[in-house]
Amino acid sequence: MSGVHLPPAGGPPGAPEADPPPGTPAELALEPQAEDERGTSLWRGAWRRLRRDPAAIVGAVIVGAFVLVAVLAPLIAPYAPAGAQWAGQVTPSSVPGPSDDHLLGLDSFGSDLLTQLVYGARQSLVIGVVSTVIGLGAGTVLGLLAGAFGGWVDVAVMRVVDIMLSIPSLLLAVSIAAVVGPSATALMIAIGAAQVPIFARLLRGSMLGQRGSDYVLAASSLGLRRRRVVMSHMLPNSLSPVIVQGTLTLATAIIEVAALSYLGLGDPNPTVAEWGRMLVRAQDRLATDPHLAILPGVCIAVTALGFTLFGEALRESLDPTFRR
Amino acid sequence: MPDRRPPSAVPSARPGGGAVPAPEGEALLEVRDLGVEFVRRGAEPVRAVDGVSLSVRPGEVRGLVGESGSGKSVTSLAVMGLLPRRSSRVTGSVRLAGTELLGMAPKRLAALRGDQMAMVFQDPMSSLNPVVPIGTQVTEVLRTHTDVDRAAARDEAEDLLRRVGIPDPRRRLRDYPHQLSGGMRQRALIAIALACKPRLLIADEPTTALDVTIQAQVLELLRQLVGETGTAMLLITHDLGVVAGLCDDVTVMYSGRVVEEASRRELFGRPAHRYTEGLLASVPRMDAPRGEPLRPIPGTPRDLLPWSRACAFAPRCAHADRACADPDLALRELQGLPAGHLARCAHPALPESAAPVTAGVGA
Amino acid sequence: MSAREAAGTASTRPAEGTDDDVLLRVRGLQVHFPIKKGLLLDRTVGHVRAVDGVDLDLRRGQTYGLVGESGCGKSTLGRAVLRLEEPTAGSVELDGQDVLALGRGELRSLRRRMQMVFQDPMSSLDPRQSVESILTEPLRAHGVPGGPAAWRERVLELLEVVGLPASAAARYPHEFSGGQRQRIGIARAVALSPDLVVADEPVSALDVSVQAQVVNLLEELQDRLGLTYLVIAHDLAVVRHISDVVGVMYLGVVVEQAPSDELYANPLHPYTLSLMSAIPVPDPAVEDSRERILLTGDLPSPANPPSGCRFHTRCPFRQATRCHDEVPLPRELAPDHVVACHWAEEVRDGRVRASSASHDPTAVVADERA
Ligand SMILES: Nc1ncnc2c1ncn2[C@@H]1O[C@H](COP(=O)(O)OP(=O)(O)OP(=O)(O)O)[C@@H](O)[C@H]1O
Ligand SMILES: Nc1ncnc2c1ncn2[C@@H]1O[C@H](COP(=O)(O)OP(=O)(O)OP(=O)(O)O)[C@@H](O)[C@H]1O
Ligand code: SF4
Ligand code: SF4
Ligand SMILES: [Mg+2]
Ligand SMILES: [Mg+2]
Repeated sequence: MSGVHLPPAGGPPGAPEADPPPGTPAELALEPQAEDERGTSLWRGAWRRLRRDPAAIVGAVIVGAFVLVAVLAPLIAPYAPAGAQWAGQVTPSSVPGPSDDHLLGLDSFGSDLLTQLVYGARQSLVIGVVSTVIGLGAGTVLGLLAGAFGGWVDVAVMRVVDIMLSIPSLLLAVSIAAVVGPSATALMIAIGAAQVPIFARLLRGSMLGQRGSDYVLAASSLGLRRRRVVMSHMLPNSLSPVIVQGTLTLATAIIEVAALSYLGLGDPNPTVAEWGRMLVRAQDRLATDPHLAILPGVCIAVTALGFTLFGEALRESLDPTFRR
Repeated sequence: MPDRRPPSAVPSARPGGGAVPAPEGEALLEVRDLGVEFVRRGAEPVRAVDGVSLSVRPGEVRGLVGESGSGKSVTSLAVMGLLPRRSSRVTGSVRLAGTELLGMAPKRLAALRGDQMAMVFQDPMSSLNPVVPIGTQVTEVLRTHTDVDRAAARDEAEDLLRRVGIPDPRRRLRDYPHQLSGGMRQRALIAIALACKPRLLIADEPTTALDVTIQAQVLELLRQLVGETGTAMLLITHDLGVVAGLCDDVTVMYSGRVVEEASRRELFGRPAHRYTEGLLASVPRMDAPRGEPLRPIPGTPRDLLPWSRACAFAPRCAHADRACADPDLALRELQGLPAGHLARCAHPALPESAAPVTAGVGA
Repeated sequence: MSAREAAGTASTRPAEGTDDDVLLRVRGLQVHFPIKKGLLLDRTVGHVRAVDGVDLDLRRGQTYGLVGESGCGKSTLGRAVLRLEEPTAGSVELDGQDVLALGRGELRSLRRRMQMVFQDPMSSLDPRQSVESILTEPLRAHGVPGGPAAWRERVLELLEVVGLPASAAARYPHEFSGGQRQRIGIARAVALSPDLVVADEPVSALDVSVQAQVVNLLEELQDRLGLTYLVIAHDLAVVRHISDVVGVMYLGVVVEQAPSDELYANPLHPYTLSLMSAIPVPDPAVEDSRERILLTGDLPSPANPPSGCRFHTRCPFRQATRCHDEVPLPRELAPDHVVACHWAEEVRDGRVRASSASHDPTAVVADERA
């Protein structure tokens, strides 16, 4: 019997009675109501909920495949990236389709399309992760400051954030590119910086919500230091929306890079393997060779979906009170 | 509105809450064998209410008490036809003045709500529309169900607010819910429920948000209402003191089933089911000597058994034995107790020498 | 301010016992919350006088019960005593030490000696902390010697004390029922062996059948650990059961205070009378025969309390003189029985009667405006 019992009134204090009342036949003994009722650690519980969630599984498979392809690109891809060795076969009106040598045919620069897609995964992963880390890191620090201290610190931080928010991300990207020169790095910094205010506001709002709650009051009444109250109570309970936003950013960053590259702010090499760029480039040949746009488009959409599914499921599973 | 109830058919207000024998006659609300199952995709259906039968006569208050989560609110929502259609399955029969409500077309049911039956919900803040003034919320109900003009509805609304004890009702009509205190909101909800003089009033914990002095005021109002207009009332509450003061008959639920049913005096004087007994014994009493420890029911409300295997209360019951593992434990009359006092218990607490009769009534 | 004066005079109350008998001494405590208006620059346009001049003496090992209408300032008082809310004025002494004068570090170490149990057992526990971590936290924060091994020992001991099995340590708050969660909250409060525990409605959120378990636990712990309680509650039967002394609050001030039995046997203040008459009793015979004093109207705003006696806008015994313009001072009418009403003796002796209008809820309006 797993029931947690108070000793019957008058019974010896502190001797929890674990047996069913006398005379109760064994088959009447309690059994656990649900798997969730049993004691487990937070992470193990999260893992179990995650495993049972179909959305999480689908998301994890997609994200896993994406990462695997990105990491193993040199092994999977039949050729070297951005080769453009077969540029001669490309004419202004047509691009060679699938053949034995090129499973998906060539792209408009004469590189192997499959190779470009595989290496594109690698590039997109780097861009997504790096820009998200920038946005998440700086945004969390700002949000944490504002949410933890409140008062004038909050006001000051939020003014800074408002200013950042009022600068169009395009302008930001142009200025950064102007400073460090057009490159993938500039793009990642620009995209990450544009996310900083979003993360900061999310975390601040969520932390202000925790500030007034009873358990934070309880923690202060125990005489905990403020640092500890913030770091081990308020912060962990405020992170869920930030996690979701993080996975969304991972997905959108890939698309944004494409848009900004189109404006000439990315890597100057036009043949670089990157889904967003491939998508943009393909629009010239949309009528004749739609697969040039469709394939990278599908890659982006599926990857974004995978991250979003997984992020949402992760948030739910990390909340021990969330049950399906 | 046509006068449905001749005032003479109704007992007058009980002086100081005095008990009047329950009025004879047809029950207005007749619930038979009500079952509610919640179905969720990928999960076992949850039986929240299981074979519940109860009836309420005009001018009578029936109390519905029980542990938190025992299915009291779900029962009342099923009566009102307010359970989500998609995720719940309701079986059995609910008759209001002889008309079957289960399976009735949603339109017809909606017309009955507010007019013939009304409900005061558990949470006063979330059941008032925060962006509409109180007055409008009352007149809305009046104008939906009766053909009064705007001015008359307004006057009637003002009168209603006054009757539920909201001071300065004319001014309050223009107030928004957040401008009222918790107690006033609860009373505003009651006013809305009373707007069309429903024949059946369901009040789900109408006084939990109130402190004792305001609670007394609201209960007095409900008492008058039932006494004067012959409304039938189903009162859901945790508070046994409220039950003792207001109800004529009481139904006790545990884990979705009715475990005991009796008149108020019977129930408090001779609780038969072991849960009822334990519940009454655990309440601190004003007349008991201080310093004596309370006698709680051991265990927690979560220690349940499915009824299909045994008495759900068995894990917490000191009298549980093999006989309690009977999945067909019936709600039945007990020898030594008057007719109408029913309990579902293998070893009921009985006055000495009384033993259960064998014939079961109901399921 | 008149309320202040009123409270100040009460502290001259005799029969206070020897000084070291008193663990907690509160004098003239006020907590005012500013009411702010304005978008850019916050302008203070008034104050909510949540607590407006309260005196309390808690003797060691005793339980002080605090009752009163919702919103009258009970929780605020409890929190101000622990300095979880900064008082506006007054003094709080724990064992002779001035709590309000302490700096941050000193206050933190004093927290060992005063703890709190909250009303809502779920929201006062961090949902992401296991029970073990919840109970270890205070030990670590105060550097209880022995390190993790000793702490773990202590956690198991605490669980045993509050009647939870050792296996509970690895579980999370949501896995427990309300009553069990409240036990965890109590275990956390007694982890550091405090002297004073403020319990803010410790059983209000619990099922009736579980309430009794927690009440018994609190009493048992008091005996075992020699705790002093300040218990806030609105269930008068519960308060009567656990308290030695009961104080009745109305709109930020204590209007009556007496030993528990005395207060329930001989309530003197009209507000206490109406409170007592309104308690629902689970006994049909009592319910049928009782006479209720119904109060009319709602609680006045604590931002703008009525002049004179704060209860005069609703008092069924209100008299034409003194009530509305003279603040009633606390007076000791029986040993240790203090009441702040001009007409307490007359009310007690039946020379002043409740106005009949208050028995009729439909007469609210007339009465309210009078
Ligand atoms: N929409 C729903 N979907 C699934 N389960 C539900 C739903 N509504 C209620 N339940 C479950 O049905 C059971 C009975 O709930 P109900 O609200 O009737 O309890 P109650 O007796 O009113 O308790 P309380 O006194 O706390 O209000 C509970 O176990 C609850 O979790
Ligand atoms: N932080 C705050 N800022 C402004 N006003 C507050 C604050 N906290 C409480 N108040 C006000 O102070 C008054 C007293 O509140 P308090 O919570 O102490 O009442 P209470 O007696 O505990 O009531 P209840 O029985 O409902 O818990 C109320 O009018 C409340 O609105
Ligand atoms: S049936 Fe058995 S277990 Fe259930 S209440 Fe009666 S004696 Fe107890
Ligand atoms: S002083 Fe007057 S108004 Fe105040 S409680 Fe006494 S009788 Fe009532
Ligand atoms: Mg309910
Ligand atoms: Mg409070």
